[in-house]
Amino acid sequence: MTAAGNRLLRTRLRNGLEVRLKEIHTAPLISSWVWYRVGSRNERAGRTGISHWTEHMLFKGTPTFPAGVLDKAISRDGGTWNAFTWVDWTAYFETMPADRIDLGLRLEADRMANSLFEKTEVESERTVIISERQGSENEPTFRLSEELMAAAFRVHSYHHEVVGDMADLKTISREDLYAHYRAFYVPNNALLAVAGDFRIEAMLDRIRALFGAIPRAPQPAVRMRPEPEQQGERRVTLEGPGETAYLEVAYHAPSGAQADFFPMTVLDSVLAGASSLNLFGGGLSNKTSRLYRALVEKELAASVGGSLSATIDPYLYVLRATVRPDRSPEEVLDALDAEIRRVLDNPLEASEVAKAIKQARALFAYGSESITNQAFWLGYSEMFADYAWFEGYVDRLARVTPEEILQAARKVLAPSNRVVGIYRPTGGGAHD
Amino acid sequence: MTRRAAPVVKKARTARTRRPEARSLPGPETIRREELANGVVALCRENFSSPSVVVSGYLPVGALEERPEQAGLADLTASALLRGTAGRTFNEIYEALEASGASLSIGCGKHFTSFHGKALAEDLGLVLGLLAEALQTPAFPEPQVSRLRGEKLTSLKIRDDNTGAVAGMTFDALAYPGHPYAIPEDGYPQTVGALTKGDLHKFHQEFFGPRGLVLAVVGSVPAGTVLDEVQRALGAWTRPAQPTRRPLPEVQPPHGIVRKQVALAGKSQCDIVVGAPGPSRLEPDYLAAALGNSILGRFGLMGRIGDAVRESSGLAYYAYSSIGASPGPDPWEVLAGVGPANVERAIDLIRQELRRFATRRVTTSELSDNQANFVGRLPLQLEANEGVASALLALERFSLGLDYYQRYADRIRSVTRDQILETARRFLDADRLLIAVAGPEDGAS
Repeated sequence: MTAAGNRLLRTRLRNGLEVRLKEIHTAPLISSWVWYRVGSRNERAGRTGISHWTEHMLFKGTPTFPAGVLDKAISRDGGTWNAFTWVDWTAYFETMPADRIDLGLRLEADRMANSLFEKTEVESERTVIISERQGSENEPTFRLSEELMAAAFRVHSYHHEVVGDMADLKTISREDLYAHYRAFYVPNNALLAVAGDFRIEAMLDRIRALFGAIPRAPQPAVRMRPEPEQQGERRVTLEGPGETAYLEVAYHAPSGAQADFFPMTVLDSVLAGASSLNLFGGGLSNKTSRLYRALVEKELAASVGGSLSATIDPYLYVLRATVRPDRSPEEVLDALDAEIRRVLDNPLEASEVAKAIKQARALFAYGSESITNQAFWLGYSEMFADYAWFEGYVDRLARVTPEEILQAARKVLAPSNRVVGIYRPTGGGAHD
Repeated sequence: MTRRAAPVVKKARTARTRRPEARSLPGPETIRREELANGVVALCRENFSSPSVVVSGYLPVGALEERPEQAGLADLTASALLRGTAGRTFNEIYEALEASGASLSIGCGKHFTSFHGKALAEDLGLVLGLLAEALQTPAFPEPQVSRLRGEKLTSLKIRDDNTGAVAGMTFDALAYPGHPYAIPEDGYPQTVGALTKGDLHKFHQEFFGPRGLVLAVVGSVPAGTVLDEVQRALGAWTRPAQPTRRPLPEVQPPHGIVRKQVALAGKSQCDIVVGAPGPSRLEPDYLAAALGNSILGRFGLMGRIGDAVRESSGLAYYAYSSIGASPGPDPWEVLAGVGPANVERAIDLIRQELRRFATRRVTTSELSDNQANFVGRLPLQLEANEGVASALLALERFSLGLDYYQRYADRIRSVTRDQILETARRFLDADRLLIAVAGPEDGAS
């Protein structure tokens, strides 16, 4: 039972599939998510982007459900489905009217084991994914972020973008993709999270019937190469067309399960504004945050924001600013550094911490309105910690003290622990 | 995070249209509608499943009110409303909002100035109070206005370097010559750069007033309390000489294939927009057009267009069609992002699909599948307070009636294949289309 009175079940099938079920009876909907513990973190040079491409191939059909049949079946029933690949995981979801969720469950059980990866479909998808990457390359912020990640992670596989490097997208073969699928898409490397309008007992019976017969397989080998401690500031400068400069400053940050993640969350809220817990957006404005006041109100930047991600391995805390045309990235960096020094010199005001907690409480309440979002957190939290992490999120934040934040900040926000990235526009613009 | 945009669509089978429980859908029994003496309309629906509340709404003031040489004025005015009022500074406004974990934003499109707020239920009064101050007594203080103008100019530079935005603006310029729709709502650098505090003040004085203001409040606050709060916040606003909007000029369909390509240095991919001016949401056959659009480029995520351009040919990461839902002739268009080498092939495929769409009736199974989708997805659209608020506003904006969602299944089921073909013929002719392409120099020029 959760704090809100919703029944909750954590269990594991004999084949190793982890199952999390949460009853929520506020709307006649059910959201089902299958999470695989594989993402770009599990890729090596020459195969970058293979997790994301594999995700695409899982929409290309099985003998039971040929390509295209399920799209229409799910749409017909008023459902929505999609999939995500990120650094640590790949997730597939369906949110449907409660009496129709069986279709989503059958689909996921089937494609966990029986996806076809037909060669013609692999080749067709190659150009789609290359097009996806080219679309991202159109954005200076993507290109800057890609360079920043590569500079921040010399050893760890967080080094490359999820979509993969173009060189690999041109050479990955059907055999590579299928081997990746067979290695990682096994029940003992997956977690099924379902939330919504059902009875736990009946749902568990159905899950056992659909997923229970999928055989356990050897546990996928995960050979991580930990990133060594950074020994000094790194700088990346990227030039390209356009008229807008961007500044990104990335600090090596704690993983989602590390104790310092919570003080860093409060610090991010004070520095750059509270981040939403809602998968599909809906955050707060950040106009009273320290960096907004120092950069935007001082007319150095047009916008500023921060991001701290809950990951398996230590990742990055990134501050991003869009530089105003009449200012330079260096001016923005100077002002940002002055704010960082304030954080390192003195504890945050108690009132600032209290505001961050109130914002977190509100965002937590907003995030609980959507069954899809609840099911998302039921699974996502298990990828880097466990569901108790999510349930205790607000209380953990509420216990954070200004002194803890100061300690965490001094570890994370040290100059030697960061990469500074600048995008310098070279002009250009449109012409007929 | 990389998100998949368009899975596969190949086979279909006939579906039965399920009807969501009518009692669970918003209707006269659960929607409270009140019109204040000054013309403000409030719609509320209670939802006590979470301790939050949403406030959404609009005023009939938009880019249509501005002169071309002041393009971007309505947008800048809307954005400046929360930058300071007669009673509070910018910092006081946002300190009150952010310290409560609440949000409030005001933006502007062609037809409407829209606002959206969210708060814990206990803070409804705060949000309504700030909204009322912003709408009635904005101060447009310096240096806030000049700061905001600088932020807008930066965003315009980013927009003008974005292939999707440039393709869209190029399309609008082709589709709406001499019409206000040809001008982007956020204006141009030269027009926005010239706007002053005085311009904003004058625009507000001339066009803002309570008549036509509609707001929906949905969440964990009793309807009676909501209406008291709305009356307190907005009931005293008067504006006797509030002007009435001029009718929109007529839009002419294209006379042939008109194509324009814009090159942007350093880009990797081209964005394509193909289409023509489409139906207004007020047209009697709008639902037939919307169902047709779903078949053309939405259903199964991307419909026939997705199947032809992405799934069968592997040409694009995204390819879909879009139809507007405003009181004006928004574009009915197909959008795709493709590599420079594939532009011509993608356009040919899109035109082939448009020709088929406008010359042959959709199949029985396509129609029944999409009817089932339109009806079946309602519970998901109405799951959260935001979705309900948006649905309530549509009732008022388009005079649909409080029982619209309860009658919705019957209305959708009554649409025929002939009606869809008729709307397709009316608006989309494969030999009379506007085509805009923006991308790298070797692919778009």
